[in-house]
Amino acid sequence: MIKGYLGIDIGSISTKGVIIDENNEIIASSYLWTKGNPISATKEVLKELKEQIKLKKIKIVSVGTTGSARKLIGTILNASIIKNEITAHAIGTLSLYPNIKTIIEIGGQDSKIILLKNGIVTDYAMNTLCSAGTGSFLSSQAKRLDVDVEDFGKLALTSNNPALIAARCTVFAESDLVHKMQVGYKKNDIIAGLCKSVALNYLNSVGKGKKIEKPIIFQGGVSKNVGVKKAFEDILNCKIITDENGHLMGALGVAILSKDQKEIDFSFDIVEQNFKATSLNCSSCPNNCEIICVQKDGKLLDSWGNRCDNGKKTVDKVYN
Amino acid sequence: MKKTISFPHLGDYYIPISEFLKRTTKANIIPSPLITKKTISIGSKFSPDSVCLPFKYNLGNFIESLNNGANILFTAGGGCRYRYYAEVTEAILRDLGYSFKFHSIMTNGKIDIKKVYQDFKNINSNLKLTTFIHSGIYTLLFIWNMDKIDKIIRKNIGFEIEKNSHIKLKNKMLKDFINTKSIFKLNLLYFKYKHLFKKISIDKPKNCLKVAIIGELYTAMEPFSSYFLEKELASMNIEIKRYTNLSYLLWQKRLLRRYLLRRTKKYCKYTLGADGLDNVYRTLDVIKKKYDGIIHTKPFGCTPEIGAIPIIQKICQEYEMPIIFFSYDVETSDEGIKTRLEAFYDLLNIRRKKK
Repeated sequence: MIKGYLGIDIGSISTKGVIIDENNEIIASSYLWTKGNPISATKEVLKELKEQIKLKKIKIVSVGTTGSARKLIGTILNASIIKNEITAHAIGTLSLYPNIKTIIEIGGQDSKIILLKNGIVTDYAMNTLCSAGTGSFLSSQAKRLDVDVEDFGKLALTSNNPALIAARCTVFAESDLVHKMQVGYKKNDIIAGLCKSVALNYLNSVGKGKKIEKPIIFQGGVSKNVGVKKAFEDILNCKIITDENGHLMGALGVAILSKDQKEIDFSFDIVEQNFKATSLNCSSCPNNCEIICVQKDGKLLDSWGNRCDNGKKTVDKVYN
Repeated sequence: MKKTISFPHLGDYYIPISEFLKRTTKANIIPSPLITKKTISIGSKFSPDSVCLPFKYNLGNFIESLNNGANILFTAGGGCRYRYYAEVTEAILRDLGYSFKFHSIMTNGKIDIKKVYQDFKNINSNLKLTTFIHSGIYTLLFIWNMDKIDKIIRKNIGFEIEKNSHIKLKNKMLKDFINTKSIFKLNLLYFKYKHLFKKISIDKPKNCLKVAIIGELYTAMEPFSSYFLEKELASMNIEIKRYTNLSYLLWQKRLLRRYLLRRTKKYCKYTLGADGLDNVYRTLDVIKKKYDGIIHTKPFGCTPEIGAIPIIQKICQEYEMPIIFFSYDVETSDEGIKTRLEAFYDLLNIRRKKK
């Protein structure tokens, strides 16, 4: 029997899961769309992972969760560790590339930059207030141009004359794009321009004031887009590493982190159980805290989100 | 009509301020209801969108007070464009159809004691100058002592063994402070409580993580506006140092200006407005005192701090000091702040271990 460590990264757009062994080698991995329902997406990921390790004798001894729904899924899976995605990404990447100095990560809704020195995170930033230039922007533009997002990068590489598209704001970029279409730019030029605008936007918002040093790794869903990668290479004037498992780094990192925790009993039976997350508004004061309640087979598992003790009373009233 | 006075919130300072107003005006004092999400949603509904966060909170406070029956409002403010906010606030409230008397204790960014006394005299014609001066000194000492106690609390609250023991004792102290008439006794009480606070049992390792909070004054002093940053840090077992408090703004800031300019000579030739220069100095001070990290807070669109940030960033890069910037706005998500704070905590911890 080998010991396995499970890491799950539940993002806004996609859910990723990996099982690693003691040497941090990935034994099984899964990558699916969240489709707005983190619980069912996690179940699907678990099912897929279970299929992949069916023939090997592996016992899962720890579980880690990360990503925006980390707390919810962590509660459901009774995770040994619940970590934020910034730390998880850094740890995951460092396990494969110990010398890396800059991590560029663009996901579905958020983008971040992590700077490292001698294997320690020294600085990081995440996009605030605006999600211009992230995966969701690219996919909505792809729809407008009637192109599959997956083909976006390849098309961008065929362009010799990228259109100039305003990078600062999604709405303005869109009106710029419409204008360029009407003027008669070719589709691949517009797409190349879009890719460039994503890179520029990233460097001017998240990367503002940060010292970007080689070697650089590019991760997250958008890193699959070779057009954006090329745009980064052109602007930063150096080679950029992308990993075929780039999208799994968060899950990998949290799985590695979970290794240090106490071993737990984990069973894939969780897939069969019925979980439900509901939100509740506490009306004890005008603050109206939003309390998240997680139910397992109709029974309350955990609740959080209240700022004072009154929240607990509200929850008790509803569930008892 | 009965005179009812109200004023906006700033952390715990509403306690000494309402005591001062009670003693001098003899009117009915109702501080604004404690800040909740409702306050900020009312405030931002009637504020210009681009105005900074403190204005929105204050306006929300005023409207809630007026709805509770207040008819005399007090405000203060100076430094940056906050100086002009009293006038704008009054205009907005009048446009909304409220009738009230509005007093700003600041004129042209400075406190004009004569005018303030006259204002109080108009509210309470029986007010004696001696009472006014006595209550004034009492209040300033109240604030001074409270700030000093708060400093001790911030150092130890993350390590208390019995939950809430610091807060409980502080509330008791504030009650005792209010019930004291004499200035001499107030000081005695301070020493008594200082001793009691030091006696609270804590479990503090010698090399605990130490973090300094710098930045704009309102987000530093009003816990609601920074999503209870200090409470969050305390729950992570971190020792906190915060530079800004009311005593600093009232006394030390003016006296220290030349000293600050001298210390920051390498980076600043002149002041940056509001607390900009102070924060550059604080960054250097934190580095000198070997703290583990810095948290910089500001409302979205705070101009003096926007001017200071590149300088602070440069200093931190030079000395490899971890720093994180939080910019708060009405719509800022709680979750996003928490994620970044957790990551910052991990960063500090891993850095410590590798050293």
